[in-house]
Amino acid sequence: MAKSIDVSDLDIFYGDFLAVEGVTIPIAARSVTAFIGPSGCGKSTFLRSLNRMHEVIPGARVDGKVLIDGEDLYGSDMDPVNVRRMIGMVFQRPNPFPTMSIYDNVLAGQKLNSKRMKKAESDEIVERSLRSAGLWAEVKDRLNRPGSGLSGGQQQRLCIARAISVQPEVLLMDEPCSALDPISTSIIEDLIHELKTEYTIVIVTHNMQQAARVSDETAFFNLSGVGKPGKLVEVGRTEKIFSNPEDPATEAYIQGRFG
Amino acid sequence: MSTSTAPDARTKPVQRPGDRVFFGLSYGAALLILLTLAGVAIFLTVEGIPGITASPDEVKSGERFLPYVGPLVFGTLLAAVIAMIIAVPVAIGVALFISHYAPRRLGATFGYIIDLLAAVPSVVYGAWGIAFLAGQMVPIYQWLEDNLGFIPLFAGPASATGRTIFTVAIVLALMILPIVTAICREIFLQTPRLHQEAALALGATRWEMARLAIFPYARSGIVSAAMLGLGRALGETMAVAMVLSASGVVTFNLISPTNPSTIAANIALSFPEASGLSVNALIASGLVLFVITFVVNFAARAIVDRRKEFSGAN
Repeated sequence: MAKSIDVSDLDIFYGDFLAVEGVTIPIAARSVTAFIGPSGCGKSTFLRSLNRMHEVIPGARVDGKVLIDGEDLYGSDMDPVNVRRMIGMVFQRPNPFPTMSIYDNVLAGQKLNSKRMKKAESDEIVERSLRSAGLWAEVKDRLNRPGSGLSGGQQQRLCIARAISVQPEVLLMDEPCSALDPISTSIIEDLIHELKTEYTIVIVTHNMQQAARVSDETAFFNLSGVGKPGKLVEVGRTEKIFSNPEDPATEAYIQGRFG
Repeated sequence: MSTSTAPDARTKPVQRPGDRVFFGLSYGAALLILLTLAGVAIFLTVEGIPGITASPDEVKSGERFLPYVGPLVFGTLLAAVIAMIIAVPVAIGVALFISHYAPRRLGATFGYIIDLLAAVPSVVYGAWGIAFLAGQMVPIYQWLEDNLGFIPLFAGPASATGRTIFTVAIVLALMILPIVTAICREIFLQTPRLHQEAALALGATRWEMARLAIFPYARSGIVSAAMLGLGRALGETMAVAMVLSASGVVTFNLISPTNPSTIAANIALSFPEASGLSVNALIASGLVLFVITFVVNFAARAIVDRRKEFSGAN
């Protein structure tokens, strides 16, 4: 299922404003890649360009190439709707649909594909997704309750279940733990470890320890000043980035000297 | 600290004059609404009861109260419901266009034009209904009778003037469109970005995003907007009185020259010539309208509350 991503020389614009400049990065299938860097360095913007979610903002566009297993994400025959069905996303704040039950939340993506499913089939998808998201045991008795009644950490795992229920190729996570307590965070980090056997995972995090704990590869983004575009400074094996980075800026950031 | 550790009943929390003044003002305003409502209700009841109990030969209509007001209630509800059926889907569509489809500047201009519709006096709508719309509708009614006459709604004979309950409903729909649109637009704009992005990230098209994130979130607001519109349609007087050629029947035939009148229009048309108990009978019909509006609003609240825990407010 999982696919690799190859980004070459990607510029991201909002109107005339160049937000992210010249990113080239390979992302291997079935691995966890973490994006770290100070606020405003464009890591979230870059993440959102990987499933074309940045296009939600009017005037957003990109220059360069993003290849998913060799297929051009921004090719003229590529529909952003299909891109997003292939590449799931989990957001900074848990956002289950408040008007839907837990059950319907998990199936929301399936319903968009407008597949008519038998009850048994949808039951199975709900159970499988919730199990993968490590939430099944906690909610199996209240699948018809609203998703908004869960705790923050549970809601976030519900969102993960919703994202993986359609079996995407890639899972993007935009600071998935920043609104959660340490215990929920650790549950989700364990989950990421399990999910990477099946999915390609890209995670943006402000928490460097988290990047060190969960990721195989780490990419450090930085910007040279206010109003300047964000850049990818360096990318490499996580152990190497955290122990022996090549760029002095990376080292300074990791040691907590700025950011 | 001191308030929670000292259970002494005499220690009062600090009160600031600004808070007290504002409390008094808002409390007073709330009371004023209740008093006004109570005043209207009491007036209608006191003045209406003699009309309800009056014997047929004492009032101009020559009927007991219930047979008299029955067709009026029917006409009122029929016109208002048809108006709602026409206006609410259009309003939701227009509101969604303004809030999520149109480029920002076009949407703003469009919203402004819709708001202007709300400022047109109802007598102007009435005049437009008679002078323009009714005439335009005549061939349509003829066509409906010829082709869809087997449906009781369009049984005909088609009105030659076009001044039917259906024409009235269209005028009413136009009149309630701005208020329903404006409220829907505001609620659509308030849908949390998070929920919209959740839908989009699952691969929803824009329409699916509306279905998945916007409509469920806006549900109670849409019902409220529809109820405000319905309230206006139920109570609209001038436009109905001008357009409708009424004859006090009970029929679902929407296109014939014999139409049920509405309570408000009937009061407006009959009041100038009414005297004695006939006036009381008209006021009593007003009481009935008052009660209908009340019931409709409570029903709407009940519908909204039924799925409260799924509303997104928690």
